[in-house]
Amino acid sequence: MRRRIAIGLALGLGGCAGRQSALDPASDQAVALHGLLGLMLAVCGIAYLLVLLFLGWALWRHRRRLDHAVELEPHDRVLQLGLGAWAGLMALGLVVLIGGSFLVDRTLARHDEAAADIRVTGHQWWWRLEYRDPAGGWIETANELHLPANRPTRIEIRSADVIHSFWIPNLSGKIDMIPGRTNHLTVTPRRLGWVRGQCAEFCGLQHARMALEVKVDTPEDFAAWLAGQARPAAAPSSPGAARGLSLIASGTCASCHRIRGAVGGGRAGPDLTHLASRRSLAAGTLPMSRGALGGWITQPQALKPGAEMPASGLAPDEALAIVSYLEGLR
Amino acid sequence: MSPRTERLARTWSDPPGLRGFLTTVDHKRIAARYIVVTMALLALDGLVAVDMRLQLAFPGLQRLHAQGFNEAFSLHGSGMMFLVSVPVMEAMAIWLVPLMLGQRNMAFPRLNAFSFWMYLGGVLMIWVPHIANVTPDLGWFEYAPLSGPAYSPGHRADVWAQMITFTEVAALAASVNTFVTIMRLRPPGMTLARMPLFLWAMLITSLMTIFALPAVMLVTSMLIADRLVATHFFDVAAGGDVILFQHLFWFFGHPEVYIIFIPALGFVAAIVETFCRRPTFGYVPIVLSLVAIGVLAFGLWVHHMFATGLPRLGNSLYTAASLVIAIPAGLQIFCYIATIWSGRPRFRTPLMWVVAFIVTFVIGGLSGLMTASAPLDLQLTDTYFVVAHLHYVLIGGALFPLFGAFVYWYPKATGRLMSEAWGKVSFWLIVGGFNLGFFPMHLLGLMGMPRRIYTYPPETGWGPLNIVATAGAAIAALGAAIFVANALLSLRRGAVAGADPWGGSTLEWSTASPPPPHNFDYTPLVKDRTPLWTGGQPQLDGLALDRRELLLTTPVEALPDYRQRSPGPSVWPLLTALAVGAMFVGSIFTPWALVLGALPVGAAVTGWFWPKRRES
Repeated sequence: MRRRIAIGLALGLGGCAGRQSALDPASDQAVALHGLLGLMLAVCGIAYLLVLLFLGWALWRHRRRLDHAVELEPHDRVLQLGLGAWAGLMALGLVVLIGGSFLVDRTLARHDEAAADIRVTGHQWWWRLEYRDPAGGWIETANELHLPANRPTRIEIRSADVIHSFWIPNLSGKIDMIPGRTNHLTVTPRRLGWVRGQCAEFCGLQHARMALEVKVDTPEDFAAWLAGQARPAAAPSSPGAARGLSLIASGTCASCHRIRGAVGGGRAGPDLTHLASRRSLAAGTLPMSRGALGGWITQPQALKPGAEMPASGLAPDEALAIVSYLEGLR
Repeated sequence: MSPRTERLARTWSDPPGLRGFLTTVDHKRIAARYIVVTMALLALDGLVAVDMRLQLAFPGLQRLHAQGFNEAFSLHGSGMMFLVSVPVMEAMAIWLVPLMLGQRNMAFPRLNAFSFWMYLGGVLMIWVPHIANVTPDLGWFEYAPLSGPAYSPGHRADVWAQMITFTEVAALAASVNTFVTIMRLRPPGMTLARMPLFLWAMLITSLMTIFALPAVMLVTSMLIADRLVATHFFDVAAGGDVILFQHLFWFFGHPEVYIIFIPALGFVAAIVETFCRRPTFGYVPIVLSLVAIGVLAFGLWVHHMFATGLPRLGNSLYTAASLVIAIPAGLQIFCYIATIWSGRPRFRTPLMWVVAFIVTFVIGGLSGLMTASAPLDLQLTDTYFVVAHLHYVLIGGALFPLFGAFVYWYPKATGRLMSEAWGKVSFWLIVGGFNLGFFPMHLLGLMGMPRRIYTYPPETGWGPLNIVATAGAAIAALGAAIFVANALLSLRRGAVAGADPWGGSTLEWSTASPPPPHNFDYTPLVKDRTPLWTGGQPQLDGLALDRRELLLTTPVEALPDYRQRSPGPSVWPLLTALAVGAMFVGSIFTPWALVLGALPVGAAVTGWFWPKRRES
């Protein structure tokens, strides 16, 4: 019965669905947590109702009281019994909550022994993502996480600099990304489509602009997508794009960015091999578009002040060439 | 005025003018300063909060940029936690404890003065750099390694750390003083079992403060050492550990919440007793609950760290411990409602604040149960759900009782009553605005809105609830302005109160309003828990009239023990605070400040303790 009330209450909140919401669970883990929230709301709701009823009664029965003489020894027998009953009720409610909490914790721990298929590393202020390549090795991307539906995926969580927190509310609770430590998280997504995650531990100036696009695919689509990401970058398709590639390779871009098959580059910044296949730029700061790419590579500090990417000082025609190369990186 | 009153007043009053201002050791004057400064900061930090609410009212606003917003929540959080909530409760204790004990001063009057000057140093430590644009910008818990030398060059993090050092020295001084005062300066006959509940609350709070605060002083000192002399406590590359920072911080940080909350329970107990015209129901259960909270509060700091990936078994243990603390809190709520139920209540503003306390605090307590569950907390921590929860607990649980206490004891401090009508207007605006402003935040958190973000994109769908929250904050701010205006105008225009306007039960209501410098002409003799209601308290004589003397009693039975000389006005506490402050400020820039700065501190302390020839 209690369980049914809990679910009813939880469903009542279902109107607050969203692409980044704990109230719209889309994985086994998030469903379990959502159920626990319902149980909590039910037990706490009953407790609050009892408090309000007692308080309301106490206020109502004195609403027209005029005598205010001090009573030094009131008869408190009934209230003492009430206090005992109240303590018993609270203990009972807490036992339910502790039990429910423990059971959900077991659910979350179900795949604790599995090997990780994805590594996520937090950076100020973006996400490095690495997928286990079925052919061996790891495939690197950034800022857009793809997950296969209907099977548990084990994710390894690290940080490269300060503490961040990895949080995709529709799929799972958060887990901190802590320098010097490795955490793990398992998600079993059940619904296809896009959701959104966001860093949940204050990590410096642009903490607000550290979002993560998340796409849940069928296992087949996921495998196909992963195979696409494993391929080296597309070759430039026009002379302009070819000039862009040579500007990247010879300029400052390459000191931080890598484009597999084209630019050896450093690893301080996001891997750009399939940049244009992603939905957004700079960890959810801008939607992916030609204009946004141009704006970002010329004036990153105006769009996300404090980001590690410096202003490039490119001439307009150089920026245009680079954009036409980048937008071909699908 | 009787000749006796006159003689005593002369003995206990301060020198006139500026000299008296700088040298006073009168607990009432020191507490009044403390309270005025905390209230001013409450207003300032509240305005900073309104500023943040305006920034978040709509998605994508640019009025406060990232840096400005980060500074705003750092000022607001650090200010409210370290410079408002904890000190204002200490200040109320400094003012009230001697009066409730029928005493003439605290146990250590000069330490009291030193505590205030150190606290003032802490206030200046954060607001003066703010004027110079060196504002801390990493929140109120400044986790390493973000606050370490690698990621926070400059002095913003140092300013924050030293502000804490100042306030913690002040708080430790105040707590030791309060503890000893309650243990040794009770009037004869006021055994432990006859103490007003407020004194129990302060006794437990001061003990908790003494145990909890060293942890945060340690962690901020380690941070300063990392930044100043390149130690590696929190440097992962050199084998340091950043989780250590969180353990030490929350070992202090969680008890701190109760250090703020327990005094508020003391206010509630005092107010319901007076306005319900009966002794508070459940004296023994309430005392035991306070003790239980005081002990349990040290066993649940890990529930702030569930998302850090600590072992699951340990998390389950801390879940259970955190949930269990609901029992002593819930028992007290029952006792306060039961007092209203069985009493003959008069619904004046202080009692209304108690009702508002129950209605709002219980929501905060219950949302606390949700965050105490290790798995569920993974969805809730660091979101607006926690913002809602902590404000329900701290505003509903601590500030509402404080406002009630302010109205309740205002006539004792000033001799005049605050306006009831305006009091009710401000009550409804604050309580209504608060709930309108903070309740939607529960939902925002569940809808995925993290804390400490300066903006959010429109497609998140958080816009509408944020507008409601901002509107609520504005209404509460209006109510607060009316409350302040009421307090200021009533100083001149309020009805004259007399010694006991509410018919109170405890000793402070037996002396004049405002109390004379020596508080009481005679030492009261106490025979039960509500001495003013049982009437005709016998009074004791025997303390000197021309010399500051206090009567010490035994810790448990409160049997008269001996007469103790109580020090008079002195400039040494101020000079010592200046010397210590200079050392603290200097140590932001160079480690040598600790070495060279120790010399003036030594000189000042020597002056403070220089033996004086006993006057005859």
